[in-house]
Amino acid sequence: MFRCQIVGHPSSLWTVADQHRTLSGIPVDPVYGEGPLPGEYPYTRGIHAEMYRNRHWTMRMFAGFGTATDTNGRFKELLRSGGTGLSTAFDMPTLMGRDSDHPLALGEVGRAGVAVDTVEDMADLFADIDLAAVTTSMTINGPAPILLAMYVAVAEEGGVERGRLAGTLQNDILKEYQAQKEYLFPPRPSVRLVTDVIRFTAAEMPRWNPVSVSGYHIREAGSTAAQELAFTLANGFAYVEAAAAAGLDVDEFAPRLSFFFNSHSDFFEEIGKFRAARRIWARWMSERYGATDERSLKLRFHTQTAGVSLTAQQPEVNIARVALQALAGVLGGTQSLHTDSYDEALALPTESAARIALRTQQVIAHESGVTDVADPLGGSAYVEWMTDELERRAEEVFARLDDEGGGSILEGVYSGIESGWFMGEIAESAYRFAREVNAGDRIVVGVNAFTEGDEGRTGRLLRIGQDTEDLQRKRLAAVRTARDESAVHTTLDRVAADAGRTEVNLMPSLLDAARARATVGEVVDVLEGVFGTYTETVVV
Amino acid sequence: MAGREASREPGPEQDAPPIRIVLAKLGLDGHDRGLKVVARILRDAGMEVIYLGLRQTTATIIDAVEQEDADVVGISMHNAGHLTLAPLIVSALADAGLGDVPVVIGGVVPDEDLDELVASGVGAVLGPGASAVEVVASVRGVVETGPRAPSD
Repeated sequence: MFRCQIVGHPSSLWTVADQHRTLSGIPVDPVYGEGPLPGEYPYTRGIHAEMYRNRHWTMRMFAGFGTATDTNGRFKELLRSGGTGLSTAFDMPTLMGRDSDHPLALGEVGRAGVAVDTVEDMADLFADIDLAAVTTSMTINGPAPILLAMYVAVAEEGGVERGRLAGTLQNDILKEYQAQKEYLFPPRPSVRLVTDVIRFTAAEMPRWNPVSVSGYHIREAGSTAAQELAFTLANGFAYVEAAAAAGLDVDEFAPRLSFFFNSHSDFFEEIGKFRAARRIWARWMSERYGATDERSLKLRFHTQTAGVSLTAQQPEVNIARVALQALAGVLGGTQSLHTDSYDEALALPTESAARIALRTQQVIAHESGVTDVADPLGGSAYVEWMTDELERRAEEVFARLDDEGGGSILEGVYSGIESGWFMGEIAESAYRFAREVNAGDRIVVGVNAFTEGDEGRTGRLLRIGQDTEDLQRKRLAAVRTARDESAVHTTLDRVAADAGRTEVNLMPSLLDAARARATVGEVVDVLEGVFGTYTETVVV
Repeated sequence: MAGREASREPGPEQDAPPIRIVLAKLGLDGHDRGLKVVARILRDAGMEVIYLGLRQTTATIIDAVEQEDADVVGISMHNAGHLTLAPLIVSALADAGLGDVPVVIGGVVPDEDLDELVASGVGAVLGPGASAVEVVASVRGVVETGPRAPSD
């Protein structure tokens, strides 16, 4: 700890880290205003009494490209630079449950994330990183239980038992049908996989978040803030209903449900959205779903700045956009934050661009002073009105889905997926925004206004070539050659048998398949044989 | 407002038969926001849009071009695989006797890749932030001039 002494004013001696004062030395309280205060039901003002005074948010930078070894290098660099958690981006074939040597994987291996085919790749991905000491987020949905099994297998082969693992599996399949489109099987068997993971982690991995209910992708696909809020929380309620229907008590699993929101460019609308999300969740969990554990009522969330707001034109301007969006996330009370890199409208971020994005969070945390006071905007007439208004708009959507589902949000969500309702609502909002930008009614700096000074877009970009794909195929071929084929077949047969029995949890057989070095694609093929595939109703 | 560009929206074509365009995502990448917006922009500009959507292959795209007698193909890619996949669709069209159907690529494509894509026979590339006017002009342009021959 360092001490600041103002020469000639010995009475002004203070310790920076243990007293909260403004830059000019004025002491500030942990919170201002009347109750309910931060940390008090319905948690509109935050889930902790003192918020960031006790601990900053986790600075969790999303990373993944090339082979597992390539991404392992970036992970270590982020941890060296002061990142406090890991977050894994998988490539398209992995997200879609296809091996790197599948014909449909051509051209996409390692390009937009890291390629993981077997537990050997997972081991390389986390090589020399203490899995008992870091928290790891994995952005994967369709094949989520398979990748979780691989992560657990790697940890246990390295001597870290599963109960000590802390992290988050995105595992939010409902928003895939609505927005991100990385689904494998039809909705109902997919939700069964989600509840299998919820049950498994509730019993054996108490520090693991089995689902990250994600509005991020709904927003990126074009929704408004109100739609992001409403659809995401509706999906959260749907998982609560599904897990309850699978026989779990709400307070057994709800404390480990987490959320993931976008932080877009309309500053106060975003802050209102985060505050409304907490209040809605607390009320619904208490009043509709009968949760009594305080932790079940507290909505915890990760935030990522809006990738879709980044521009290829004058890309350095993105640093300013990201800073404002990140500040909205912090003023909205986020538990962890990813800041986008300024070059991401063109390619995966370079290491230097990712470092600037992390530094942006560090400036907010250590220089801006916003961490000294919990919910500093609470009581602002505009922010409170915005919070109420977004809550009102979300409640209209819940009422519609509840009605559509005959008293079940889960059934209402299934219905909205199958009819294409969610997709149509999102596409309509996306088109409206595009029209506003095209007509010049909405300014995007550097794109439809202030376009002078675009010096081109050709800074150094991170490029992943076809050589990576060839290398990954060789790695996969080597695993296939070295493994015991009969063990692979035995474990895959058990996966198929367990998939057909809804009363059995699939996680144990997925763990056995992972240990036997079965590939992601092989397991997905087996599950498709039982569950079938899904083709969406196209809504343009 | 200072700095604002003139606001323009592309109007429908006059007197010509409507351009028929097949729009598809090639590969596994599921980012379809941009392609859906482009579909509506082109439709509003008077074109006939055959929207195939997600997870198409060169084979399904060629089938659609043949069955729908399309004038042009639009492929959207956000998977950084355009240098591998775009030349494939161009050569597959040629192999199917559809070498007169030009290909427009849209999505996340860095400027530094433009020369290589054009050399492989891609007719036009629409990068991030392309306006509605640019989208429509680009499609009309490649239909008028026809496809480029690959340069090697």
